[in-house]
Amino acid sequence: MKVLVPVKRVIDYNVKPRVKMDGSGVDLANVKMSMNPFDEIAVEEAIRLKEKGVVTEIVAVSVGEAKAQETLRTALAMGADRAILVVSEGEVEPLGVAKLLAKIVEEEAPGLVILGKQAIDDDSNQTGQMLAALTGRPQGTFASKVEVEGDSVKVTREVDGGLETVSLKTPAIITTDLRLNEPRYASLPNIMKAKSKPLAQKTPADYGVDVTPRLKTLKVSEPPKRVAGVKVADVDELVAKLKAMGVAA
Amino acid sequence: MSVLVLVEHDNGSVKDATLAAVTAAGKLGEVHALVAGSGAQGAADAAAKIAGVAKVLLADDPAYANALPENVAPLVVDLMAGYDAFVAPATANGKNIAPRVAALLDVMQISEILSVESADTFTRPTYAGNAIATVQSSDAKKVITVRGTAFEKAAKEGGSAAVEAVAGKGDSGLSSFVGAEISKSERPELTSAKIIVSGGRALQNSENFHTIIEPLADKLGAAVGASRAAVDAGYVPNDYQVGQTGKIVAPEVYIAVGISGAIQHLAGMKDSKTIIAINKDEDAPIFQVADIGLVGDLFKVVPELAGKL
Repeated sequence: MKVLVPVKRVIDYNVKPRVKMDGSGVDLANVKMSMNPFDEIAVEEAIRLKEKGVVTEIVAVSVGEAKAQETLRTALAMGADRAILVVSEGEVEPLGVAKLLAKIVEEEAPGLVILGKQAIDDDSNQTGQMLAALTGRPQGTFASKVEVEGDSVKVTREVDGGLETVSLKTPAIITTDLRLNEPRYASLPNIMKAKSKPLAQKTPADYGVDVTPRLKTLKVSEPPKRVAGVKVADVDELVAKLKAMGVAA
Repeated sequence: MSVLVLVEHDNGSVKDATLAAVTAAGKLGEVHALVAGSGAQGAADAAAKIAGVAKVLLADDPAYANALPENVAPLVVDLMAGYDAFVAPATANGKNIAPRVAALLDVMQISEILSVESADTFTRPTYAGNAIATVQSSDAKKVITVRGTAFEKAAKEGGSAAVEAVAGKGDSGLSSFVGAEISKSERPELTSAKIIVSGGRALQNSENFHTIIEPLADKLGAAVGASRAAVDAGYVPNDYQVGQTGKIVAPEVYIAVGISGAIQHLAGMKDSKTIIAINKDEDAPIFQVADIGLVGDLFKVVPELAGKL
């Protein structure tokens, strides 16, 4: 079975985002960029399925600017077999990404598509569900466990009340939650090897997909700032504060 | 404008997340509520009483029992022929279904809105809430999820909407429900609690969560939450997690115990009215957002606090 793993290049998890003074967006100049953490989990899951012998080939895909190549090389270094980069200099919304991925799914016919449940930049949490809709496939979102069983896949999902398990007919779409696995680091030899793995470059036009955004960002602003309050010296003072607030009797 | 709201329910009653979605939807136009479930008359009757709901659509079918998106999304898409907007609460369930509906309608969804600026313009959080974007949609129909903490809850009583039965295509045959492990607790639910006591990695293990955090929570009638680190370490189940990708909460009082305050955690709780932080590291970032801070060893301070309340 082939697995498709879409990955996104985003601001690094440890960087605090700064809103640009002119309100046009978040300042990404000279900021460390990395693979979206949920997508790393997706790559890792695909590799584990390959190690178990369930999966035969892992194809990593990214939609974004030319620099997203680096993100794909990371996926290749972790263990993906080949990569496809759909180059688009402007921002592509989840709907546009899902449409491109649907075309790639048509060409590649993967048994599973595994992707992050959300990207930590736009926090949309849409692409996997949209891809499932456009390809008419079932979706196992927010996965914390994935078990392939013949022509179906059992997915345990993190939901508001705890965990839920669903069985999906393959081919299926899975989006990853935090606790599905802990992604590996690429070893130096594998990073070197990744440089010679195939990486195909495409454009949205190659797939006949219009990625014109439907949402116009009018402005981006900082949220209201909280200011640090007071420090209390001991528990008695804290108890007095709580009583004054009416929280404790 | 007419708006279809997805009701979050357990077949018998309506969950609170629905109420904020009704308020947000009411800013766009006339609100109709969709209850998709199995044996869900009770939930439909409860939805009919919500102030601001003009009509309830009840799709009662075993195929809708577990809110499988493969079954529910086509139902919503058919109904959307008669509506201008689809609004769902940004719960695990709403987030699962709404994008599937949006793609089938060829609409770019607007996720987790914080405000309705006009019929086509909304604000929403990005970058873990560190950047608030004002976005204008050019789609003819809107698909929206609503952050529950950003809108007042509509009153549960006061409405008297008619309930109309609707039918969809039923089971898609693509997926089936296997089972669920739902945490049971006598405590208030995290997303609607007035007070929350949250623990972090500093608790060290699951037992300390029970012996340190829970007695304080019980004294205050509070819900118990956790940081990602505590959940990853297995101290508490996943549904305790507060943060960018966990639950978003805004209680009257949020007590962070042994939580350093990573931006991903702050994203989930910084709209709390009063934040109290207890941490032994006086330079922990949590103190930069806390209204009241206490520097100290949680293993001494928290039991003392619980004892004195």
